[in-house]
Amino acid sequence: MTERGTNGMGNVSTTVLGADEIILNMGPQHPSTHGVLRVKLKLDGERVVGSECIIGYLHRGVEKIAEHRSYQQFAPYVDRMDYVAAVSNGLGYCEAVEKLLGTEAPPRARVVRTILTELQRIASHLLWLGTHALDIGALTPVFYCFREREEILKIFEKYCGARLTTHAFRIGGLQYETYDGFEQDVKRFCDDFSQKIDEYETLLTENRIWVGRTKGVGILSAEDAIAMGVTGPVLRASGVKWDLRKAQPYAAYDLYEFEIPTRSTGDTYDRYVVRMEEMRQSRRICLQAIENIPTGPIMARIGKVLKPPPGEVYHSIEAPKGELGYYIVSDGTTQPYRVRVRPPSFINLQAFDKMARGALIADVVAIIGTIDIVLGEVDR
Amino acid sequence: MGHLIPQAILPYVLPVVYAVVIVMVLPLLAGYIVLMERKVMADMQARLGPMRVGPHGLLQPIADAVKLLLKEDIIPENADRLMFWLAPLVSVTMALLAYSALPIGPEFQIADLNIGLLFILAISSLGIYGIVLGGWASNSHYSLLGALRSAAQLVSYETAAGLGLVSVLLLAGSLSMKDIVQAQLDQGVWFIFSVPFGFFIYLVGSIAETNRAPFDLPEAESELVAGYMTEYSGFRWSLYFLAEYANMVIVAGIATTVFLGGWLRPLASFHEHFPGTSIEWPDAFPSLLTLGVAFYCLSLAPKQPVKIQKIVMLAVAILCFILSGALLGALFAPTGVMQGIHGAFWFMAKVFAYLYAFLWFRFTFPRYRFDQLMRLGWRFLIPLALVNVIGVGVAIVLRQQLGWGPVASLIPTTLATLGVAIWLAKDDAPAATVQTADGE
Amino acid sequence: MYVLNSILFYFFSALAIASAILMVTRRNIVHAAVFLITTLLATAGIFLQLQAEFLFIVQVILYVGGIMVLFVFVIMLVNLDVSMRLVQFNRQWFVAGALALVLGAQVLFALWAGHTSLRLPAMQVDISPKNTEAVADALFSKYMLPFEIASILLLVAMIGAVVMAKRRV
Repeated sequence: MTERGTNGMGNVSTTVLGADEIILNMGPQHPSTHGVLRVKLKLDGERVVGSECIIGYLHRGVEKIAEHRSYQQFAPYVDRMDYVAAVSNGLGYCEAVEKLLGTEAPPRARVVRTILTELQRIASHLLWLGTHALDIGALTPVFYCFREREEILKIFEKYCGARLTTHAFRIGGLQYETYDGFEQDVKRFCDDFSQKIDEYETLLTENRIWVGRTKGVGILSAEDAIAMGVTGPVLRASGVKWDLRKAQPYAAYDLYEFEIPTRSTGDTYDRYVVRMEEMRQSRRICLQAIENIPTGPIMARIGKVLKPPPGEVYHSIEAPKGELGYYIVSDGTTQPYRVRVRPPSFINLQAFDKMARGALIADVVAIIGTIDIVLGEVDR
Repeated sequence: MGHLIPQAILPYVLPVVYAVVIVMVLPLLAGYIVLMERKVMADMQARLGPMRVGPHGLLQPIADAVKLLLKEDIIPENADRLMFWLAPLVSVTMALLAYSALPIGPEFQIADLNIGLLFILAISSLGIYGIVLGGWASNSHYSLLGALRSAAQLVSYETAAGLGLVSVLLLAGSLSMKDIVQAQLDQGVWFIFSVPFGFFIYLVGSIAETNRAPFDLPEAESELVAGYMTEYSGFRWSLYFLAEYANMVIVAGIATTVFLGGWLRPLASFHEHFPGTSIEWPDAFPSLLTLGVAFYCLSLAPKQPVKIQKIVMLAVAILCFILSGALLGALFAPTGVMQGIHGAFWFMAKVFAYLYAFLWFRFTFPRYRFDQLMRLGWRFLIPLALVNVIGVGVAIVLRQQLGWGPVASLIPTTLATLGVAIWLAKDDAPAATVQTADGE
Repeated sequence: MYVLNSILFYFFSALAIASAILMVTRRNIVHAAVFLITTLLATAGIFLQLQAEFLFIVQVILYVGGIMVLFVFVIMLVNLDVSMRLVQFNRQWFVAGALALVLGAQVLFALWAGHTSLRLPAMQVDISPKNTEAVADALFSKYMLPFEIASILLLVAMIGAVVMAKRRV
């Protein structure tokens, strides 16, 4: 692996006393890099003066595989990219292919898709919160977060049989009807959940140590964020009020009322607050949605063999991590010519260098956590 | 008994017996404190903790100890063998040595030094060598930096904790541990109520001194930089581990003796008797408590899934019954025995309460970053401690010249220190490493 | 009692002398530092055996727990592999050896000439045990001025060290 384009890291001297710069390698195996991410840090004493992220350890060639599968066959692969929020991946892909086909899922399917996707957003943010708090040293929130996540995964399991890589949606709608008691389960979860979020907030939001570890750490300005194409909670915490659910509504989001939480500074604390508030808003959407799920068919009439007309489409959704986009080129056969995924984690990770410069070593772990990356999505 | 032992060595027999008891009991005690930590951690994290080894995990420490003893002893290739061998030894020796001045009961002490408190502080400061030499001997750049950082943290917070103790020493008038407890008995109030800020400063200082969360960055920094203990495995590691928990018990013991009244029972000057006897009401509490625990274990015994666990649970219940009986019997024994046994009970109860606070903090708070930690020690705790000492000096003047009572004279001190604390805390903004947006 | 005192004294002094010899003969500088620590602790033990417990504790806290920690920090932070490869004996060893012999002879002569003064009176068994209080009394009444001057000196040294070590902000 050549060292070209090493962010200007250059040569270093290796005196022990940290008077000069040393290179520290946070290797692919590391408890805090959330997957197989390798980060090379150039340190001046305690401060980071340069960094380089080396990825690709989880590359599985998903986009290449897509060229050799039919559209329906490719759908399960999509879950494995952002394996923490598989349902969102499926939503993006199914809607992109539906756009290519020129159809739309029926209303009932759209509403159920919204409910499941919002539950998945809550689950993804819960996992983020637990692991981020664990990296910073709070040993308890992770257990509480996983307790709540368990409830959501049970709902998924009852719905489609899988907890993590769900393949919940099909091109054209849904395969499974909602099970008996689906609305009650979701309602029960949402009713308990706001109390639980308050519990997490009691532990963390006003805690001096938490605030001290996260305020002012990893600042990303709005201009930098837009310039680098950062999306999702990271962008909103930097002050840009942009959410695809409001800007380019898809599924059933235009039917519901919810807020887009935004903050101004763009430090780790702001990203924490934004994601906490997003969980509350997701809960709000779910409660509104289960009030009236329209009756009707759950699958559009598109036939068993899918041969979309030649053309291309780009469709993106607001995944928990950011803008997840699918650019699909069809050449008229049953297998796509090209499927290109716009992975939010990969693009957000570019901002890591900007955020990490000037931080102390102990902050690097917090910064990696706050971007909320999943290596499956970064590497595909 | 006295005429069986030659006169020359009689004064040395009892201390040696106590020392042997302590050295034998301490590893077991440390192991059970670890079990207590795991159970409390599990309780706070909405789960159960060790449940399999023994009923409710009661035999877990023994299983862990056996495993550690049987592990292969690995020494890194370029490590300095003498230091590698010496470092855990220094840690453990200093931790155990400090017990010699700790008073568990009025007569239950290995050595009543008239510089008792200072002795324990000195021995704790020697424990730093165990960490520093351990980091050096591992022959790893990052181990060494982690060890030096840990040592720097220890030194800073030792100063603060020591100053917190000085404020109490002014009130007690002596460095001998026994005299300090006696002073609390004479003044009728535990020093935690007279000098609450001294207790607070000592609490924070002692958490940092034992490298516990939220001050455990040198240890948990094994995320980024290897801590000093990394290269140690098996028995050597268990020595470090034992030293850490022994240190925790020592600081809890110091806090108990100096702030919480040592072996005194909570209502030490409350002398109401049970009608017709000479037994005072609060003295019945220890035996009632252990009786309650015994009945609880008895009620849990039939619910154990496996037969051996039933038997062990019954054994624990019987042990508690015996303990309860001993505590009850002590009520009718001559004063010395009763004071000794009940004193030990109250001392251990207070030590466990203090340790519970340690565990509570560990699982509630996130970790301080190292620079924030040092800032807290030097720019908040030490100035606060200095103000506290001066305030206690003023209080003593009030007491001696103007004749104010023991607690009343300390109220102005407490209020003044509270004011200074609030001012310092506001001034000490947590955003110490605010970076500008372009990452300067 | 006297026997125990003698045993303790000979034990501590043997430890001190052995550690001192080991300290000056080690090539590994960290080993030398550790043996210096042992020497200082043995000296503290001698103080304790003489019932000067305040001196004992001050020796342990300040010398071993403070100054030696500083020594060890510096040794470990500075790359000292170089010193282990230094030539131990340079060309002036003959002159140095001769001077050491002369100095040794002078010390032995002084000891022999003044050997009567080495016969100290037997220690009284009832020395007041509270020598912390005695030291404090003296320090805060008769020797108050030197005490304050010493503390100001320390303060100045500390401020100087902090100022010199601070980086340009």
